[in-house]
This record gives sequence, C-alpha cells and structure tokens, in this order.
Amino acid sequence: MEDGAPPAVIARHQAVLLIVLVLASAIMGGLLWRQLDRAHQHRLIGQDSTPTQAPEVAPAEPATLLVANDLENSLIAETQTLPLPQDSQARARLILGKLLDLYASPDALHPVPGGASSVAQVFLMPLSGPRLEKPEARSVASRLPNAHPAPPRHAQPEPSPTTVAGPQLAVVNLTAAFAAGHPSGIETETLTILSLCGTLHANLPRVAEVRFLVDGQPRATLAGHADLTRTYLAADAVPTEGAHP
Amino acid sequence: LKQLAEDQSGHKQGSNLAFLALAILVSVCSVAAAAQAPTAAPPQAPPPPAPPRPIILLDAAHGGDDSGALLAGNQPEKSFTLALSVRLRSLLAARGFQVVTTRESDLALDPTRRAEIANHAAPLACLSLHASESGSGVHLFASSVAPALPARIPAWKTAQAAYVTRSLAFAGVLNSALEHADLPVTLGRTALPVVDSMTCPALAIEIAPDRTPKAKVPTALDDPAYQSRVAEALAAAVLEWKTEPRQP
Repeated sequence: MEDGAPPAVIARHQAVLLIVLVLASAIMGGLLWRQLDRAHQHRLIGQDSTPTQAPEVAPAEPATLLVANDLENSLIAETQTLPLPQDSQARARLILGKLLDLYASPDALHPVPGGASSVAQVFLMPLSGPRLEKPEARSVASRLPNAHPAPPRHAQPEPSPTTVAGPQLAVVNLTAAFAAGHPSGIETETLTILSLCGTLHANLPRVAEVRFLVDGQPRATLAGHADLTRTYLAADAVPTEGAHP
Repeated sequence: LKQLAEDQSGHKQGSNLAFLALAILVSVCSVAAAAQAPTAAPPQAPPPPAPPRPIILLDAAHGGDDSGALLAGNQPEKSFTLALSVRLRSLLAARGFQVVTTRESDLALDPTRRAEIANHAAPLACLSLHASESGSGVHLFASSVAPALPARIPAWKTAQAAYVTRSLAFAGVLNSALEHADLPVTLGRTALPVVDSMTCPALAIEIAPDRTPKAKVPTALDDPAYQSRVAEALAAAVLEWKTEPRQP
C-alpha cells in the first residue's frame, strides 16, 4: 500500500443500504413500541372485564331490591325486571349494581355516588362446619326454608360454591372509590349495608351471612361509622312490613 | 374554869355555823356559775354522706385526625359533637348528674378507649353523640348485637349484649322526650364498635337537619335554637330515665 493514499470509504450502494436498514430499524422499533403500548392498555381494560350489564340473551326476570330511604330511615322493597345471568355470583353482582345505580341517580332518596361499578366482585361460599356452631349462624340457618346441615367434608368431593344447597356466605368486594365517596353518618352507612344484605337475601335466599371487603382488604368502617369488620346476618336486614331496620 | 370552858364551847359552835354558811354560799355560787357557763356540745355523729350522684357518660364522637362528616358551613362533625357534649354536660350537671366525658378537646380516641372510659365509670346511661347531613331530625341507634344474659367475663366486641334490652327502653324514653319537644325522631339498630363494647344502657344519637315538611325551611345543624332544643330534650329524657322504675 502506498503512503498518502486516500482513506478507504464504503461504496455508495452500501451507504444507501445502511441508511435504509437504520430507517427500517427505527420504524420497526416505533411499531413495536406502539404494539406494546396497545397490549398494555388492552390488559388494563381486561382487568375489569366482568360485565356489569347482563348479556342481552339472558331472560328478563324480576329482582327484588330493598331501596333505602334516608328521610324515613327505612328499606322499601321494589321489584325491577332485569336480564339476569344464571351464575349466582354474576347475578348477585348485577343485582347489587342495579341497586347502587338507583342510589347514584340524581333523585335518589338515599344518595350515594358510585353506581354499579362500585361492586367489584361478589363471592358466594358455603357456610359449613364450625361456622354453623356459632349461635347466630345457627339461628339464621334454622330460619332458611331449605336449610340443612352441611355434609361432612370427607364424605363427598368439594361442591362448587355456587351449586351447594346449604346456607351461603356472601363476600361483597366494594371499590375504594365507593367507600371514599360514601356520605359519612350512622344512618346512611347503616342503610347502605342493610340494603345490600337484604337485597342479596331477597334474591338469593341461601345467602345467610354477608361480609364486606374494600378493594380486597378488610376495612374498619364504611365511611367512619358502620362496622365493616363484622359478619352481617342477611335475614336480619330484611324488614318486616312497615318496620325500620 | 367552867366559865372559860363555856366561852370556848360557844366560840367553837359559832365557827362551825360560819363555816357551814360559807360552804352553802360557795355551793350556791358554783351552781349559779355552772348554770351561766356555756354547755359543752355533746359529741354528735358525722352527717350522713350525700348519696352519690348518678353518672352519665357523654362520648363526643370523632376528634383529632378523624374529623367525621363534613357538615353545613364546612363544620367538621368532631367540632359539632364536642360543642353538643359541653352544652349537654352543663344541662345534666344542673339536673344533679355527674357527667363523665370521653374527651374535652380535639383529641383522637379509638373506639376501644372510649368504651374503656365508659365501662370504668359504670354510668346510668351512655350517649355517643354524632351529627350528619343525611336524613332528618334526631336518629337514635341501639346496638344491633343480639340480647344475651350477663356473663361474668363478657366478650369485648359484644359486651353490650347484656344491656341491649335496657338500651332499647332508654331509646323509648328519649323518643318520647324528643317527640314531646316537637323534634322528628327515627329509631334504628346499628353496628357501631364503641356502643357494642359498652356495659351500660347505651345509644348513638345522630343529629341531622330538620327536613320534615312541617319545617318549611330545613333547620340547619348550625342553628343555635335547634341545637338548644335538642340538648334540652335530651337532658329532660335522661332525667326521666333516672326515675324509670326499671332502674336498679
């Protein structure tokens, strides 16, 4: 090689190819980023994908809602016709959602913001074994028309929570936004809890006890007053004619 | 000699008479002095102690970081309940009650501590004071725990069970007094941790604005006349509760 020769350069077609490759890489990177973002958004939406509206194919059925009235401190039974799914848990969530939709309406007699989306999940599970030993649970179970002792666990395989015939415990998981927006007061909080319990019991008579969670966690009170740590007896929330809760 | 002996005998007899007269005089004077001297007070038994005044416990709900509900005029519930507690304490003290309060200032207290104060005082009645913008009038709440016979060591979270029946009777007395004062009243049962743990006839009293159709303009919570009516009616009811024949 001779001294003073010009430095080696790549050929023009190679430079063009390099630029095209860099551009292609940038475009592909952008597309990939966009796809990832879209997948992330889709996943976020999918976290709350449980339908709050009943499918249109479900037949319309009457549902009893125990609607609270702040001025009279009372619960009034109201029948609404709703398309209800067959699954008990989805049905319970839908009915409670409808009840909270009434409370979120502008002319509600028990105004509570939030609406149907405030009920995140409703879990139904059998009340069995030691729980029935509690006097309060036993008294409720004896009042149920189809109540009978739960079979021993070792005698038969574990039944599905929604198909078990005995009394059930309903766990209602409310959203933190609902608890944060709920008006504070003994009467209003008590009426909300009793109307949720009573509505569950009126439509799913095997629901004997109800517990509440907020965003999946136990919480001391709903909005500073009513105790959310205790187990509520669903039948006690159903008022007799003209009675206050 | 005989004359001398007679003289001496007469002199001796005279001396005896003089001594006797002097003794009588001294006796009379001492009796007179004793009659004029102030008589010493005989020892008396100490006065019987005054009967203990019945105790009423007032629990002003919330306090400290826990402001409670936000009332009209941006007044926190904790301030309203404290003011009502102070007003009620004066009215009850004037009616012969000893009043124990759970808080006298903006102090944070958890329900357990409040119930401890109540249970140590062994009061005639416990009033947990609340306020809300929801509903109308005065809301009286008894515990929703099921009645039970008194236990030697009651469970803390359901200690009210042995007193629920008397709490409901107390609610009836308050209901009558409030209605007599032309105040709208609603009765109910609730699960309130502080009341559930009290070992006395206990009620949660929630004051709300008067929104009955009779009150053409809703009476706000910050109306002093409304507060005074409620407090007077509550004090009258507690006085009536003291004379309730079922009281021990």
